[in-house]
Amino acid sequence: MKRHLLSAADLTRDDAELVLRTAEEMRSLADRPIKKLPALRGRTVVNLFFEDSTRTRISFEAAAKRLSADVINFSAKGSSLSKGESLKDTALTLEAMGADAVVVRHGASGAPHRLAHSGWVRSSVVNAGDGTHEHPTQALLDAFTMWRHLAQDGGSLDGRRVAIVGDVLHSRVARSNALLLQTLGAEVTLVAPPTLLPVGIEAWGVEKSYDLDAVIPKADVVMMLRVQRERMNASFFPTAREYSRRYGLDGRRMRTLQDHTIVMHPGPMVRGMEITADVADSDRSVIVEQVTNGVAVRMAVLYLLLSGADGVTGTDESENDA
Amino acid sequence: MSAYLVKNVSILGGEPTDLLLEDGVVADIGADLVADGAEVVDGAGLVALPGLVDLHTHLREPGREDAETVESGTQAAALGGFTAVHAMANTEPVADTAGVVEQVWRLGREAGYCDVYPVGAVTVGLAGEQLAELGAMADSAARVRVFSDDGRCVSDAVLMRRALEYVKAFDGVIAQHAQEPRLTEGAQMNEGELSGRLGLTGWPAVAEEAIIARDCLLAAHVGSRLHVCHVSTAGSVEIVRDAKRKGWNVTAEACPHHLLLTDDLAETYDPIYKVNPPLRSTADTQALRAGLADGTIDIVATDHAPHPHEDKDCEWAAAAFGMLGLETALSIVQETMVDPGLLDWAGVAERMSYAPARIGRVADHGQPIEVGAPANVVLYDPAARRTVEPAESASLSRNTPYAGMELPGRVVATFLRGKATVLDGKLQ
Repeated sequence: MKRHLLSAADLTRDDAELVLRTAEEMRSLADRPIKKLPALRGRTVVNLFFEDSTRTRISFEAAAKRLSADVINFSAKGSSLSKGESLKDTALTLEAMGADAVVVRHGASGAPHRLAHSGWVRSSVVNAGDGTHEHPTQALLDAFTMWRHLAQDGGSLDGRRVAIVGDVLHSRVARSNALLLQTLGAEVTLVAPPTLLPVGIEAWGVEKSYDLDAVIPKADVVMMLRVQRERMNASFFPTAREYSRRYGLDGRRMRTLQDHTIVMHPGPMVRGMEITADVADSDRSVIVEQVTNGVAVRMAVLYLLLSGADGVTGTDESENDA
Repeated sequence: MSAYLVKNVSILGGEPTDLLLEDGVVADIGADLVADGAEVVDGAGLVALPGLVDLHTHLREPGREDAETVESGTQAAALGGFTAVHAMANTEPVADTAGVVEQVWRLGREAGYCDVYPVGAVTVGLAGEQLAELGAMADSAARVRVFSDDGRCVSDAVLMRRALEYVKAFDGVIAQHAQEPRLTEGAQMNEGELSGRLGLTGWPAVAEEAIIARDCLLAAHVGSRLHVCHVSTAGSVEIVRDAKRKGWNVTAEACPHHLLLTDDLAETYDPIYKVNPPLRSTADTQALRAGLADGTIDIVATDHAPHPHEDKDCEWAAAAFGMLGLETALSIVQETMVDPGLLDWAGVAERMSYAPARIGRVADHGQPIEVGAPANVVLYDPAARRTVEPAESASLSRNTPYAGMELPGRVVATFLRGKATVLDGKLQ
């Protein structure tokens, strides 16, 4: 694996499968009475969150703590965009505190990339969601969840059909999933009204569709994305009701799915908008399991980046070991 | 006043000859000139061009003297071979009154490195709501002829029409920053496959082209002159070409960075490449070069836009738009236009001196190097190569996108009315 995890594109298929296998081991830990490994004892993981995201932050926090790392939560709401302390100065502060890994959530696309490549910090940088760019650990936990359901017994996701439905334009989850799932051999179809698909999506190597009903009967996974009601004020669609009718997953549409098909959502859900309550709470829904898997996958990522297990981590980590 | 005798220099790439600059004018041209007391400059291998004229410079003074001052900006201009620059109006306070434009004009005179022609704002405070006192600026000591809300678009069609009409009274021109505001809300980079992938809000070509098309139609309708700032797309070149074919009085500029750099540089997320309008595709750079070669694009203008370090040493979305340009413009024109054979040195003189002076109605600049003409001359060594080193810039800012890049050519000397502002590549 590379030194940083900034984009799902940073992962080769071998890397991604290593993360999934490691996550499987980490997950089995959850069933033990003592849920803690000493792997990252003495290491410091900083959660640097410029945006509110309680669920992602506590997921990373739980992951780091179960690996015995020291965790510092740095909530820096009000980034340099609002004339607060700059990203650079925050980074220098963390560097001075001796962070081994910085988990960063930022409203600006590319902020983790800047953190990793501007010479401000020497630690590993993990992108926990940047603007409308990427959210690679979400894609890993989604892939892990699919893998557990659809590819048991050492199988793969080759040829599995995944429909990602909703506001692709503004979704970092969709971008990371489109990249990672293709790396893992799955066939991805992005479903949205034309206004919510990015320009140039033809180059992503994915299928696109404006017709949800045509796509989901063939899908093995239906992943619903959150759609903010405010988007209708910017004319991305006329009304919330029209959006729900055309692109929402309700009980009627759920009945057209294959028996094994699972329904996913990265959360937070807008019930009644992109997904109805009966679907979200149905047996097909693995939405709660996604949260559990998130901790296991983030443990795997931190472990692989920081433990030197793959032999590719940087020299400063080994200095810290001394 | 000192005199300079330039030996064996090639005027616009012609046969080597001697060139005598004395008493502020070109005193003599010919073989084996002798002039007692004149400082002799070896011109062998050098091209003599008329002093360059920039129609689009941000000098930042008054208001942002941390980024640039009139003095530092004109020093950078002189090092780049310019003898005249037009200072854009988006200062703090905005250059929307006779008082501010006269202040900028006076600062330029005091600095003495190059003549400064202030650009007046079209609307009060660049707010796009009410015309500024265009006539007062035109009648002031600064004699403003170019008006622009650059940085913002005069997007209101009625206001644009009135501005185009009004400046006819004093032979002014509206230089439009063509950017449809609603289509570019939050825009960060060229809209395309890459903007979608990087999650950076797109700045679509149509937002530029729609305004240019509208403004060409407006200018034709009211019979006014229109100048289009920093044309960046192939579609814009087509629209301007069509307007010229119809005989409309439209001129256009291209910036060096849009001739050379492309949007894939955004993949680094390094905002040193963030500029407005944004870097576009390779096809766009090719169309701009072709347009500049055939005269559709009348001039090269730098859009020199200094910013302090902290405004670029941050995440992309938080960074300021703009890049330095004065000291590298001629080299980039050589690289993109002269060396590939698209433009000869006479063409460079036209695009970077004569035409911008005509558009800006600047009488004392942009004249051919002939006996009796003002001695505004630049000596340029096209055979030199240099690696751009930001710390060497005379600008107070360091936001050059060309750092570490090897570029052809070097300005050896710049003369402003016969006085050397640059000699041996160094400020005087």
